[in-house]
Amino acid sequence: MLKYSLKRLGQSLISLFIITTIVFSLLRLMPIEGYFQNFDKLDDVQIEATLTTMGLRDPLLVQLKNFYVNLFQGDLGVSNIYRPHVPVLDIIAEKAPLSAAMGLGSMAIALALGLPLGIAMAKSKSRLGTGRRFLDKFWDKFGTAFIVFITAVPSAVYYLFIQLFFTDPSFLGLPMLFSESNPASWILPTLSLSLGNIAYYAMWLRRYMVDELNKDYIQLARAKGLPAKSIMRRHVFRNAFVPLIQYLPSSLLYTVAGSIYIESLYSVPGMGGLLVNVIQRQDNTMVQALVLIYSAIGIVGLLLGDLLMCAVDPRITFTKKGGAR
Amino acid sequence: MAYRHHKSAKLEESLNQAQKAAPSPYEGLTEEELFTPAEYDQAAGERVAYSGYSYWRSTFRVFLKNKVALCLLILIAILLAFTFIQPLLPGQRSPIEVFNDPATGMPYRNLKPGQEGFLFGSNSIGQDLWSRVWSGTRTSLLIGFAVALVEAVVGVLVGVLWGYVRRLDRLFTEIYNVLDNIPQTIVLILIAYILRPSIQTLILSMCLTGWLGMSRFIRNQIVIIRDRDYNLASRCLGTPTFRIIFRNLLPYLVSVITLRMALAIPSAIGNEVFLTYIGLGLPVDTPSLGNLINEGRMIMTIPDLQYQLFFPAIVLSFITISFYIIGNAFADAADPKNHR
Repeated sequence: MLKYSLKRLGQSLISLFIITTIVFSLLRLMPIEGYFQNFDKLDDVQIEATLTTMGLRDPLLVQLKNFYVNLFQGDLGVSNIYRPHVPVLDIIAEKAPLSAAMGLGSMAIALALGLPLGIAMAKSKSRLGTGRRFLDKFWDKFGTAFIVFITAVPSAVYYLFIQLFFTDPSFLGLPMLFSESNPASWILPTLSLSLGNIAYYAMWLRRYMVDELNKDYIQLARAKGLPAKSIMRRHVFRNAFVPLIQYLPSSLLYTVAGSIYIESLYSVPGMGGLLVNVIQRQDNTMVQALVLIYSAIGIVGLLLGDLLMCAVDPRITFTKKGGAR
Repeated sequence: MAYRHHKSAKLEESLNQAQKAAPSPYEGLTEEELFTPAEYDQAAGERVAYSGYSYWRSTFRVFLKNKVALCLLILIAILLAFTFIQPLLPGQRSPIEVFNDPATGMPYRNLKPGQEGFLFGSNSIGQDLWSRVWSGTRTSLLIGFAVALVEAVVGVLVGVLWGYVRRLDRLFTEIYNVLDNIPQTIVLILIAYILRPSIQTLILSMCLTGWLGMSRFIRNQIVIIRDRDYNLASRCLGTPTFRIIFRNLLPYLVSVITLRMALAIPSAIGNEVFLTYIGLGLPVDTPSLGNLINEGRMIMTIPDLQYQLFFPAIVLSFITISFYIIGNAFADAADPKNHR
């Protein structure tokens, strides 16, 4: 366990180092407009002077070294265009709590709706169902249609339609743009954010539960005369949920960090919306910092998932060579 | 137990008795009459070995049974053909030209569907939405197919090397573990941000992330079937490696490769929409479904103009859902377990 954890941690650090270096080096190729507020008004001498003072005319390796030194001191640079001369981390610290609150809410919804849907769908595939075939069939059909829709249609499209229909004054008339003080304006972005996760958890829980239901020990439990409910709860669900645990930290971290698309769609002043904003305004330092933060989040999420999985399921031993997955 | 034993003994006894009692039809025949050597007949020998099972025929038989997928396949084929035929039809307008009203000299802005011969209406600067939708579908499908193709080729190539060549396994696995940690959306955004948007750069940025999953998948499958007896036999007989790979291993994987390609197309189209929304998509003079949806989004709050969002969104949803369902149906059909 310890050996594996250390190895896995090392892997993550290497990934982080590689992606940081790549992001940093690639962003040096960007047009230099992204470092100036008023590029058009400056002449060549002024531009050169500013770039030199910012250290952007140094050799790449020197820049990289400076960048890492600053990074370890918790300094990701200052914004150039979005909010000139304000440290990037200050801007992000302002925005992160809102994204986190919304993400936690949507994660709670996703688990509260996705898991029961998955269980209901799995029931129809076994004799442990409610006994009401019609109801079981309905949940299976409904769930399948929902999952196919959410997985196949690009989220960029169905989010738009959710926004369009639920804000229609003749229907529900929910507010179209987010404002922190208006609770009704939280509903749509939070709900939209959870849709993908609902489908994901329902789909995989159903699949793992159906696998589990076909195993011999379930036959034994039935033969012993255990009631269907407790077989479902104590045996099937518990075992089927283990593989999903691996995904839990990633999805949690991603939703907490804010959806890039939804936040921008509803003008939520969070981290995800910020990324779109600075991309459109070509603020190089901000893009660099946010891309790094998002990749770090992704890497940490996968790391936590693997470690959690290893802690929860004692059957998994990662002593074989060649990595965990 | 005792009861059963008793019963079976009884049965056996009565059977023996019946056999003894019955007159044998062979009684009184000589040895030579009983056994006549059969003539050698090559046709008969072939007949015994023939099972009547053909993988592809069974695959198509099972696929054709799935009426929904079959329907969608036909519709998608028609749609695909239509996107190419449409510009050749008589009376079509150019997708990027702005049309003016000859009476007033003003552009045809926001015409309703059907007005003045604009089948899907016109957009806010007076372009023909009908031809823009089809031209955009063409662009998006081109991106989708290109990404799927590159993904399949690179994924299979790397996957086969990784799975078949033992010496590379360790190295490739370590590289994979590192690369897999990097979030795909971020790579997509990063590459699209650095390179100026065009069809080629979009395809490139999507291909950079897509092949990884495919190659891991192929690798796992290859490792499973690499040392099956028939492959071992082939190797002992001195079959060259590339022949083993192409004749013994890859035919096994056709179904999973097709499934992943079918699913790569809708996700590439979706990625294009996403990148366009965050401002990293194709330039506006190249119609694509992403561009059209983005244009439609900007005016979607005006109920009269919502058709400008609906038409491209409906076409896009139809394409993505169809590919998803057809891909899954084909993967089911290609699985020999379902060939009954």
